[in-house]
Amino acid sequence: MIQLTAAQMADALAKDETTSVELTQAHLDRIAAVDGQVKAFLHVDSEGALAQARDVDTRRKSGEKLSAIAGVPLALKDVLAQKGVPTTAGSKILQGWRPPYDSTVVSKLKDAGVVIMGKTNMDEFAMGSSTENSGYGPTFNPWDLTRTPGGSSGGSAAAVSAFEAPLAVGSDTGGSIRQPAALTGIVGVRPTYGAVSRFGLIAYSSSLDQAGPFGRTVLDTALLHEVMAGHDPKDATSINAPVPAVVSAAKSGDVKGMKIGVIKQLQGEGYQKGVQARFDESLKVLASLGAEIVEVDCPSFEYALAAYYLIAPSECSSNLARFDAMRYGLRTGDVEGASAEAVMSATRDAGFGREVKRRIILGTYALSSGYYDAYYGSAQKIRTLIIQDYAKAFGKADVLVSPTAPTTAYKIGEKVDDPMAMYLGDVATIPVNLAGICGMSLPAGLAEEDNLPVGFQIMAPAMQDQRLYQVGASLEAALLSQWGAPILSKAPALGGK
Amino acid sequence: MTLPTYDEVIAKWDPVLGLEVHVELNTKSKMFCSCATEFGAEPNTQTCPVCLALPGALPVVNEKAIESTILIGLALNCKIAPYSRFARKNYFYPDMPKNFQISQYDEPICFDGYVDVEIDTEEGPKQFRIEIERVHMEEDTGKSLHVGGATGRIHGADYSLLDYNRAGIPLVEIVTKIVPGTGKYAPEVAKAYVAELRDILRGLKVSDVKMEQGSLRCDANVSLKPIGSDVLGTRSETKNVNSLRSVERAIRGEMIRHAELLNDGKKVKQETRHFQEDTGLTRSGRSKEQAEDYRYFPDPDLVPVTPSSAWIEELRATLPERPSLRRKRLKEEWNVPDKEMQAMINADVLDIVEATVLLGADPTKARSWWLGEISRIANDQNIAVADLSITPADVAELVALVAAGELTDKLARQVVEGVIAGEGKPSEVVAKRGIKVVNDDGALMAAIEKVCTEQAETAEKVRGGHLPAAGALIGAVMKETKGQADAAKVRELLLKHLGQG
Repeated sequence: MIQLTAAQMADALAKDETTSVELTQAHLDRIAAVDGQVKAFLHVDSEGALAQARDVDTRRKSGEKLSAIAGVPLALKDVLAQKGVPTTAGSKILQGWRPPYDSTVVSKLKDAGVVIMGKTNMDEFAMGSSTENSGYGPTFNPWDLTRTPGGSSGGSAAAVSAFEAPLAVGSDTGGSIRQPAALTGIVGVRPTYGAVSRFGLIAYSSSLDQAGPFGRTVLDTALLHEVMAGHDPKDATSINAPVPAVVSAAKSGDVKGMKIGVIKQLQGEGYQKGVQARFDESLKVLASLGAEIVEVDCPSFEYALAAYYLIAPSECSSNLARFDAMRYGLRTGDVEGASAEAVMSATRDAGFGREVKRRIILGTYALSSGYYDAYYGSAQKIRTLIIQDYAKAFGKADVLVSPTAPTTAYKIGEKVDDPMAMYLGDVATIPVNLAGICGMSLPAGLAEEDNLPVGFQIMAPAMQDQRLYQVGASLEAALLSQWGAPILSKAPALGGK
Repeated sequence: MTLPTYDEVIAKWDPVLGLEVHVELNTKSKMFCSCATEFGAEPNTQTCPVCLALPGALPVVNEKAIESTILIGLALNCKIAPYSRFARKNYFYPDMPKNFQISQYDEPICFDGYVDVEIDTEEGPKQFRIEIERVHMEEDTGKSLHVGGATGRIHGADYSLLDYNRAGIPLVEIVTKIVPGTGKYAPEVAKAYVAELRDILRGLKVSDVKMEQGSLRCDANVSLKPIGSDVLGTRSETKNVNSLRSVERAIRGEMIRHAELLNDGKKVKQETRHFQEDTGLTRSGRSKEQAEDYRYFPDPDLVPVTPSSAWIEELRATLPERPSLRRKRLKEEWNVPDKEMQAMINADVLDIVEATVLLGADPTKARSWWLGEISRIANDQNIAVADLSITPADVAELVALVAAGELTDKLARQVVEGVIAGEGKPSEVVAKRGIKVVNDDGALMAAIEKVCTEQAETAEKVRGGHLPAAGALIGAVMKETKGQADAAKVRELLLKHLGQG
């Protein structure tokens, strides 16, 4: 049953062929069997999940009209506040904190009858690309347990990839949904900035953060997208417009007559051979489906990584200031005679990991007087240039495409001491965040040299998220008929499979 | 080393002022969340995930606060920015939940305005123009109570208590440009400016403007330069001066303190000072010689404020009359002496008296009711006059009843009590309590004859021409008629009866 897609599970529920309790229990059993190896979850809320499942089963029996994915279980990235359930953002500084409120995403999931099974592992405060920066140890890639699942939403991606959950929620500040989706062979979407409420999403970089869906198929991802998105008066940056018709786009997938732009700067040198090969092959498939492939030039993308690593740390240096041991979370050094300042300092020293500290220091420096214009100010200018590059490119193409990540999944520990090498892995995903547009990663096959999944990235203009699903569904269907079976069927079996 | 006198200070030095006034707006909810803003609630009962800065919580701007700020800007003759942004002011302090304050930095919502104030001088009334640099929005912090330790400050305290009820209350900061050229009148000008500002804000109904509760707080910057010099001296900033009188005292005190240092060839330290009510002196606070780096940057959680010009004009059209002009007009229209005018302003009854007069009451009578009997009752009950249940319409009716001879002043006071006690409108109280002036000469004469018989000796004195003795008889007649007679009428009939009419 856990091998089904979320759409198939929803169908079985609608036809009374199964119950949400049964479905949820099957996934909880799977988690119990394999999560010791994968370590996708920080907290499994079995009781809460089964209670939600029972509730949705009752509602269904009473004839209530339910959402399309009511009763389907889901894994939630630990960056989103869920009332009464431990929420840490992968950080020791929030160990033991149980939010007294639900994030808007969680409220929407609950309203839709989606069953939240637990909180998934992540790089601390979403800072990282491998989930190795979690304060609670790394998550392992189900394709090869010696490798990372990517990050920062590595736990959510691994959970879906390992059939621990058919759906998961992640968040994407510089590629944190798309890159782990690519590295674990699943679909992940970063919606347009402002499409999904950030209320209750623990902030890393407010102007870049955006929650989004993971699924094993384009349609599953669309079904979750539709439930999560929508205007929220509690988030000032939330877009007040109807949710794009992502589900119907995913169902009708067609690229005939569409112009697909290949970004010159996001391919070739620096991209693993097998990654580039799968990407080129997907382009051919799209062309064969009737799309016109054009090349577009985005010269400012060269500076995207630099701009990102000034803006995100600047915002995080301020966003993370609230973790001061005064109101919640960890408190250390509170000994007789210790000043408030000493307690704050000791707590932050003990509670934050190395990468978080690195970024807080970087951002504090970039915002300090005398350096502001040179660093934060210049980064904002680059951001404007990137927005202009995209505007020009979207003048020539309906969607833009690139490989999602330059490489397949790398070994745990491989880049942990070389932040620059790790940062370079986000070179193709970061421009989307800087411009506030939307992007999808979907599986393009396995790289020949290592038999690991390769991600194909699709980008669309702001509030045109349906184009991602239209193109994604079309490519997915064509590739599936080539392969004969879903890509995940090629993953090695885990202990409990 | 002796402290120079104020006259010695101004003989040699020229003061330059700069005033920053923080105003708490009286919006029902906080600046960035929907928590209540009531003053004096139990600690930490008016809080939520947003104003406690729980992880994940986000701010959303209170539109009403923006409207109030624009109104203030317009009333202070400012330009209103078509595009302004909120910025984060980053620093750590336990009573600031986010460890940054949402404020405005280089893009304030209102800028370049002025306020004219008038003070009395030896040479007669003199006007000064105070130029406004900017008016911007920000949120208040929580409150800390440092327990133990000698100074009541965080350093040396045994522990501290935090109350976040105030965290996120909307604040407007009004900053003047430097104010030169006030000379010896600097303290009076500063006081008059804060008073004028308070009246303007009160007229706009955007704040409670209660300095003693901290809803209006003034920081006074003072520096001295030698008379005739163009070079500004080093300033000190005196924080949280919480009464009009203190504004004047704090500036005078700082001028003397600066002059003493400068006369001795010492330097004034650029620092924050704290005003002490009891001594009228300031004590040293935080040194500002090393400017703190607040790492301001635009708040990415909030969208720019972009008021349309149509909305701004709509708000401009609702601006009330400038308080100084209004006071001048009312003083002339009502022909009120200065002292009485000041008494009305101090008692905060100007609006209510005007409303009463507009309902047809005589200004002098209206004033004396509100300032006299009604203020007294309000004082006894320890509440504001405006919070009593008596309205301008009630007082206008009362004045009319007295004018028509249907009530005496004494009876009218009983009616006021009745109205305040909730017995209804004046006419209803009159009916319910059976209050009426005894005008019936026959009934009065009966009472007069009875009293004159009972107090024959006194009556005889009056009859003999000793008129002061009549007072006792009149009093007795009033008592006999239960105070319902018109005393003047009684006197007239009594004297006639005793052959003195």
